[in-house]
Amino acid sequence: MADSSLNISINDVTKTYGDFHALKDVSLEVTSGEFLTLLGPSGSGKTTLLMVLAGFTSPDYGSVKFGDEEVILKPPHLRGIGMVFQNYALFPHMNVAENVGYPQKLRGVSKEDTRESVDNALATVKLDGLGHRRVDELSGGQRQRVALARAIVFQPKILLMDEPLSALDKKLREEMQIELRQLHDSLNMTTVYVTHDQKEALTMSDRIAVINDGQLMQLGTPNEIYRRPNNAFIADFIGESSSLPATVKNGIASIGSAKLKGAQKLEKDGNFLLVIRPEKLFIATKKSRDANHFEGVVEDSIFQGESQLMVIKLDPQNYGEQSLRLRLPNGSAQDDELPGIGEKVTLGLKVADSYFVEAANGGA
Amino acid sequence: MAVLDQNLNQAALTQLAQREHYTFFGLTLPYLVLVGAMIIIPIGWLFFLSFIGRDGSFSFENYERMINSKAYIRIFLTTFKISILTTFFCALLGYPLAYFMSQISRKWANICMIGVLIPFWTSLLVRTYAWLVLLQKKGLVNSVAVDLGLISEPIKFVHNTSGTLIGMVHIMLPFLILPLYANMRAIDPHCVKAASSLGATPTRAFWTVFFPLSIPGLLAGLLIVFVLCLGFYVTPAVLGGGKVIMAAMKISSNIELYFSWGAASALGVVLLVVTMLILFIASKLVSLDQFGQRS
Repeated sequence: MADSSLNISINDVTKTYGDFHALKDVSLEVTSGEFLTLLGPSGSGKTTLLMVLAGFTSPDYGSVKFGDEEVILKPPHLRGIGMVFQNYALFPHMNVAENVGYPQKLRGVSKEDTRESVDNALATVKLDGLGHRRVDELSGGQRQRVALARAIVFQPKILLMDEPLSALDKKLREEMQIELRQLHDSLNMTTVYVTHDQKEALTMSDRIAVINDGQLMQLGTPNEIYRRPNNAFIADFIGESSSLPATVKNGIASIGSAKLKGAQKLEKDGNFLLVIRPEKLFIATKKSRDANHFEGVVEDSIFQGESQLMVIKLDPQNYGEQSLRLRLPNGSAQDDELPGIGEKVTLGLKVADSYFVEAANGGA
Repeated sequence: MAVLDQNLNQAALTQLAQREHYTFFGLTLPYLVLVGAMIIIPIGWLFFLSFIGRDGSFSFENYERMINSKAYIRIFLTTFKISILTTFFCALLGYPLAYFMSQISRKWANICMIGVLIPFWTSLLVRTYAWLVLLQKKGLVNSVAVDLGLISEPIKFVHNTSGTLIGMVHIMLPFLILPLYANMRAIDPHCVKAASSLGATPTRAFWTVFFPLSIPGLLAGLLIVFVLCLGFYVTPAVLGGGKVIMAAMKISSNIELYFSWGAASALGVVLLVVTMLILFIASKLVSLDQFGQRS
């Protein structure tokens, strides 16, 4: 399986539509066999970047290399990539086997070999024996699998996926996320996956490239991106979070009169945001040295199945009009021990979980 | 008490549903009357007349004449030849245009569509005579070509098959383009993209994906054009100059010249049967909804 995948080098890729910068100097290395997700809100440029990789969009300048080979001028049909489209783009006039066999037919593969590879591909996506079905007889999830089988049947070294799960319902989507991930691990193709769903990105990726306004905002493992967001945009975009505006002076952060201890070293003075994940907050029974504390009143308490979400209105004298979200796993605490609405509470946040990002202009 | 209420509601709801039925029936009634009075009854009368001979008794002579007379056979052959050629040239000219329109932005496609529709909205007679003016011996086309020295003598465009074809293709073209364009717009552009990402050259992607998906629209257009051509009267009459005689013109002359309603009716019946036969075969060949437009 050593040479079953290729690395991708993207350098300084820029694309403008009139005054609109779809991509601004994006540089990115996708290592061989990696599952990399381009994550961003709609209109961020992530799909444009994928289309540049596929060859459907020509950038204004920049370089895209598959392995050592520059492909920027290559038309899509010569790039040898497998691609899964958002709406599957199955050929409605062909049955499942003809759809999956299409790339093999183009490559002049013999009938027997095509049948074998089609059967294999269908088995890989767990659709054995459905080859004779018409496309419109399939469910959304099955169509998704056919599209995937068609993209991998000719064993491409690079697989591109454009929001392939966005049309599926939540439960199926979550199943498919894990299945796609397992499939990637067994096929070992270099995979570039586009999604706007941060949870999907966290679930599936080796690394995530967060894209916004046509720029690469941060590149890192899901863990890094979640715990150490580079900036306020990512902190807000990835996962659930509340943030509190803080000021940093001489390396010390404070909110109003209260000093805060942070996980990282703050070398710059200015306006920052304390990023607070709801599940990292806890109800402090007594104050400890390794945590920051916030006083407030329970404003709302919502049962959400596996967890209890509480909205805590912070003491306005100290923090201004701010509230924090706190998520407690259900079952860990007895329900009657939870503070009720209107009760005063002290929240704790471990110093190790207290992470600051620079505030965007005007703060969040 | 609850059971009683339910029964009460059921009766009321049934009544409501019935009233709705009557309303809808009432809305279709004028049309049904119109179709009955203006189409079904006349066609029945036509059918009846076609079996009445010259002496006023029941006979097959109107149909026998069609089989035995060389003139009639020639008329049928001409009708089919002109219809097939017109349909063919419409496809030849219309398909690329519809394809082009389906690939550009909607804004520009709408502008092109206006270009297709303006002639469509102009009177058929006006357009036919315009062609006559353009194409006749001393017409614009010939005089310009002669003046430029492209040809030494005027070409005979009108009062023959070529004139009929030019006029008919021009008039029929929108009927082909409209359904074809609608069909092509509905083809998922991602399908063609998928084909090329899977290794198909643009040509290959067109023939293996786009073209097969456009067949329902193409067939619909071809069918409309062909069927309209079979019964076409004005344009072949004017541009054919009496030399190209199609079925509709024979019907007209049977009535106007020979006052033979029986012969005209028989021809009309044959035309109707042939048209229905073609529609039936076409519907068997390809059910027009065979391809879901989007996967």
